Amino acid sequence: MEGYLTTVDNIIRARGILLLGEVLVRLASKPLDDATIRSLIGFFTDRLADWRALRGALVGCLALMRRKSSGGMVSGSDAKAVAESYLQNLQVQSLGQYERKLSFELMECLLERYPNAVASLGDTLIYGICESVDGEKDPHCLMLTFHIIEVLSRLFPDPSDALAGFAHELFEILGCYFPIHFTHQKDEDMTIKRDDLARALMLAFSSTPLFEPYAIPLLLEKLSSSLPSAKLDSLRYLTDCTMKYGADRMAKHIEAIWSSLKEAIFTSLDSVLLFTPESLEGSDLPKNEIAAEALSLLQKLIVQNTKLFLDLIVGDEDISMIFNTISYYKNYHEIPLERKQRLNAVGRVLFTTAKASQVSCNRVFECFFSQLMDILGLSARNSSGQPYFDESILISKRCKHGALYLSIEILSACRDMIASSETILAATSHTEETWKHLLQSFSPALTMGFCSAFICSSEGTHDAATYIGVKGLLILATFPGGYSLISKTVFEKILVTFVSIINEEYSKRLSWKLALKALVEIGSFIERYHESEKESSYMDIVVEKILSLAFVGDFGILFPLRLEALSDIGTSGRSYMLKVVQGLEEAIYANLYEVYVHGSTNSAEIVTHLLKCYSDKVIPWIRCEKGFEEVLLQFAINIWNQIESSTHFNASQTNKKGVLDVMMKAMKLAVANCSEEKQNIIVQKSYNILSSSISFPLEELLLQERFQIAQEVDNSSSRDEWVLSLFAAVTIAVHPQTHIPNTRSIVSLFMTTLLKGNVVAAQALGSMVNKLDLKSTSGQTSSDCTLEEAMDIILNLSLWIFDKNSSSSIQSKMISVHDTALNDLSNGVGSCTSLQIHAILGLAWIGKGLLMRGHEKVNDITMIFLQCLQSSGRAGISHQEKSISENNYKLDLHNSVMKTAADAFQILIGDCEQCLNREFHAIIRPLYKQRFFSAIMPVLQSLVMKLEPLSRSFLFRASAHVIIDTPLIVVLSDTKKIIPMLLDGLSALSNDVVDKEVLYGLLLVLSGILMDKNGQEAVSDSAHTVVNCLVDLTRYPHMTLVRETAVQCLIAISGLSHARIYPMRTQVLQAVIKALDDPKRAVRREAVRCRQAWASIASRSLHF
Amino acid sequence: MVSGLINANPIVYEKKERRVRNEAAVPDEYAVEPIDQLEIFDHIRDIKDPEHPYSLEELKVITEDAIEVDNERSYVRVTFTPTVEHCSMATVIGLCLRVKLMRSLPSRYKMDIRVAPGTHATEAAVNKQLNDKERVAAALENPNLLDMVDECLAPSYA
Repeated sequence: MEGYLTTVDNIIRARGILLLGEVLVRLASKPLDDATIRSLIGFFTDRLADWRALRGALVGCLALMRRKSSGGMVSGSDAKAVAESYLQNLQVQSLGQYERKLSFELMECLLERYPNAVASLGDTLIYGICESVDGEKDPHCLMLTFHIIEVLSRLFPDPSDALAGFAHELFEILGCYFPIHFTHQKDEDMTIKRDDLARALMLAFSSTPLFEPYAIPLLLEKLSSSLPSAKLDSLRYLTDCTMKYGADRMAKHIEAIWSSLKEAIFTSLDSVLLFTPESLEGSDLPKNEIAAEALSLLQKLIVQNTKLFLDLIVGDEDISMIFNTISYYKNYHEIPLERKQRLNAVGRVLFTTAKASQVSCNRVFECFFSQLMDILGLSARNSSGQPYFDESILISKRCKHGALYLSIEILSACRDMIASSETILAATSHTEETWKHLLQSFSPALTMGFCSAFICSSEGTHDAATYIGVKGLLILATFPGGYSLISKTVFEKILVTFVSIINEEYSKRLSWKLALKALVEIGSFIERYHESEKESSYMDIVVEKILSLAFVGDFGILFPLRLEALSDIGTSGRSYMLKVVQGLEEAIYANLYEVYVHGSTNSAEIVTHLLKCYSDKVIPWIRCEKGFEEVLLQFAINIWNQIESSTHFNASQTNKKGVLDVMMKAMKLAVANCSEEKQNIIVQKSYNILSSSISFPLEELLLQERFQIAQEVDNSSSRDEWVLSLFAAVTIAVHPQTHIPNTRSIVSLFMTTLLKGNVVAAQALGSMVNKLDLKSTSGQTSSDCTLEEAMDIILNLSLWIFDKNSSSSIQSKMISVHDTALNDLSNGVGSCTSLQIHAILGLAWIGKGLLMRGHEKVNDITMIFLQCLQSSGRAGISHQEKSISENNYKLDLHNSVMKTAADAFQILIGDCEQCLNREFHAIIRPLYKQRFFSAIMPVLQSLVMKLEPLSRSFLFRASAHVIIDTPLIVVLSDTKKIIPMLLDGLSALSNDVVDKEVLYGLLLVLSGILMDKNGQEAVSDSAHTVVNCLVDLTRYPHMTLVRETAVQCLIAISGLSHARIYPMRTQVLQAVIKALDDPKRAVRREAVRCRQAWASIASRSLHF
Repeated sequence: MVSGLINANPIVYEKKERRVRNEAAVPDEYAVEPIDQLEIFDHIRDIKDPEHPYSLEELKVITEDAIEVDNERSYVRVTFTPTVEHCSMATVIGLCLRVKLMRSLPSRYKMDIRVAPGTHATEAAVNKQLNDKERVAAALENPNLLDMVDECLAPSYA
């Protein structure tokens, strides 16, 4: 390449050198021998002087400089030569942006990798850098520049060094960049942000203590500026500089810093304190960023220069003025606003100060704490001798909220300091610290003070007083370190105060909530720090007391509140929860016993509350904690035991239902949260009880017998029903892997029960079908069955109800039985219909179970439903022959069967909270709703075509359910086909008041389609029919939401293409004018918007 | 047309907090909610002043108290206060109010738009002009005037 590198043609030479440089960049890791490197670096060093080919030379130098030692490096002397040539030849500021960046990179590389070589250049180097850096503006180059200066200052740490002379000049250059004023647009420079630049500059600022005489005054000056970002930056820089410059250098400026800092804190803090339960134990750091930064700087300064700074704070006039004035105001609300802000600021300052170190804490306690105590009228000597001193004095001097607030701040700072320096505490515990002494002597008196603040708040409605009182007590109670600081009597007194509030003051929501929150905090604090001594008193006083109080006395409206308190306290620690659970369970068992034996209404109500609390609060908590499964297992087993032992069963019909419902819920949740082995135990246990108590032949069940059981609706005792329902609850909640014994007979049992109208049995059957194994495993006994077999049982049993013409022998037999049974019953027709309804409901749940796991047998079930929907019922024909006189009556009943069949689709595809969801371990196939939707909709559509108009309405109802519960995105993809069904469904449903919820759901789907872009395109073809339908719905009398949504849909339609909607404008406007006079305001409001939207497309002049 | 602004520097007041109606916990589906003062005020509060980018509410041209409404007799009267006495925009503001209410209220309503007594130099003339059906209809035939009205009404439909 020789010729190209040395030719006199500038362009070719530049290209040649650049090529060589780029090659070297690519060869970064290839070993090269020293001689080659030497000659190359020599060449590039020379070329630095050649300004026309500079870029190549820079790239080459940089590539060589950055080589790792493994592949051969540039030697120190060569590096020095590069630096010399650089300084001599380069006029960095006269170069283009990219070259500038390269040359800065080169300098950075030189400084970082060959510090010794370049350091020997001394003054020349610094001067050169000053020269090249001055006036730089590009953000990328600035980043490098700041870094160069930072490294440079690190290179000359000694103040007597060369840098000292240049410190002023260098800082002149740096200082004009502060505060960073970043004007670049966001999209222009994504790589570098303002914050990056600010941080780089900060590092440069703080790189050497030599900048101190220039930097600190500049920063303080900018701190007093009104620009928030400048303030924030100054505070950050000051913090950083403080750390780097060292105590001695900072000492000179401390006074100035303090005064500006004070100013910043005082003006930036919010003046309003929050008195909500949430802020009770939050780290209530100020939201304001400036204030937060200022306080952290304050803390750093105090740590660094304790003595000096404390003197400043103690001697500060503003603070002492606050101290003098707070005693004038008796009440927090009397304090004027700006004074509140001051007070808050002083509180924060004291908090930070006291938190900073032991020494500062001492000092704060000495100066301020005792002063506060004087203001409050509390004195140490009383507390040491007689803890219960004259309360009248206290009451007279109470309510100095300002002082109380400040003492809270100091105390909490002190507590935080101990908590953060646990080890230091252990080491210094033998030395008698002042603050410790003071704290010990004042704590009883302070407790009294806080208590009184709290109690006297009952006279007025002062949130502040309550809040301050509770917070103060809470802080005192949560001092770490056992009883060494806060004596046992004090701690217990605090607990007793809280507990009494919990037990007595229900009427005052705020104080009650605060007290409860405080108790929970104390509990979790004890748990966190393993304070065994405190734990025992907490257990004795709080948990025991509240437990005992919760279950005696009246069970009026206060009872739920007590339960809330109980469960909240339980959540604060494992041992408490155990205790609470124990108490709860005892109460549940005792009350259940009452219910079982005496049928007591009162106990039923109590047990309902208890069980609700158990399933809403306790079980979710247990689910999050590990290792509590045993508790749930015990709970479930105990409930079963109790049922087993109670042979006299007197639960009255009236309250039974509610209790059974909550019991089943608790049972389901308890079982669902157990592991498989535990579930197996529970299932086994419950199965034993079930089989021993219910008088059904478990083996050899003939269909006939089964059917007869179905007819004996009222024969089974209510205890059996409880047992069965609870067993169903267990079955709903188990894992798929959990083994259910004797599946075949259980399935039959559930089948018969569901025919009696027991929905839970149907749900249980659905879950069983959902979870049964597809293939039989070797370990199973003959009584178990696979899914196929279970389905056979179910379908055989169910088919006869609907399919009378079937030729199967069993089914014909069933028909005969059916008919004879019907004759036996006085109200044959009625019972038959209700039987059919129950059967359909049961099938719907079973179908849901199948559908969710994606089993094809679900098709059989949906076919049954569809047959019900399209026929006017073949089962009905036989009755018609028998009793023609009852014709009208029957038709009506028949409608109810068909309606149930239509609603079965809602069960099939809708989500359910009670069973068959993730919580109860259902097997859920992904996208099952989509599959079902695309399978069933064409069938429904073709059926609609076939039928005469009268019987279509139930089909529309069924399809409405399917459309509502399918995810909107799926419906959208198929809009064109769905729209006719949807509109017909809307008009069919609008006839009956009862269907208004379904109607609304369907209308929401339509509005979802109209809001979507693709949906709009699909709708625009049938815009006319849609508008007709919506116009009708704007007059729907039974539901405001329907009218409102219909009008909103009309607004959306006004956005369709002009040609489509123009013909409809008069029709719509007339409808909307009527809607303007709607009884409901919300509809009128939408109507105004709608009218405007349509009027503006109609013509320029409105029809008034 | 006047070249400069009639009131170059009007006093801008703060917007009042939108009053939230306390709805019944269990709303009665068939109960009638009559049209009231606040509802009328909600219709017209956001109308823009013809010469400033502020709403009539911000300029205190209209207030809630200056609206009388009788839902039974289908009657509403709005009394507005021009910012300056000789304001030639008073008729335009009145026209805006009338058009907006015509478009927002059921057709059974009779509207009466008035300038507050003693706040305008030619009070009687303005009142007469605003409540003359023929003259209002004629004004709305004028495309320039209609454009102006529509521009003022635009924010109140948001």
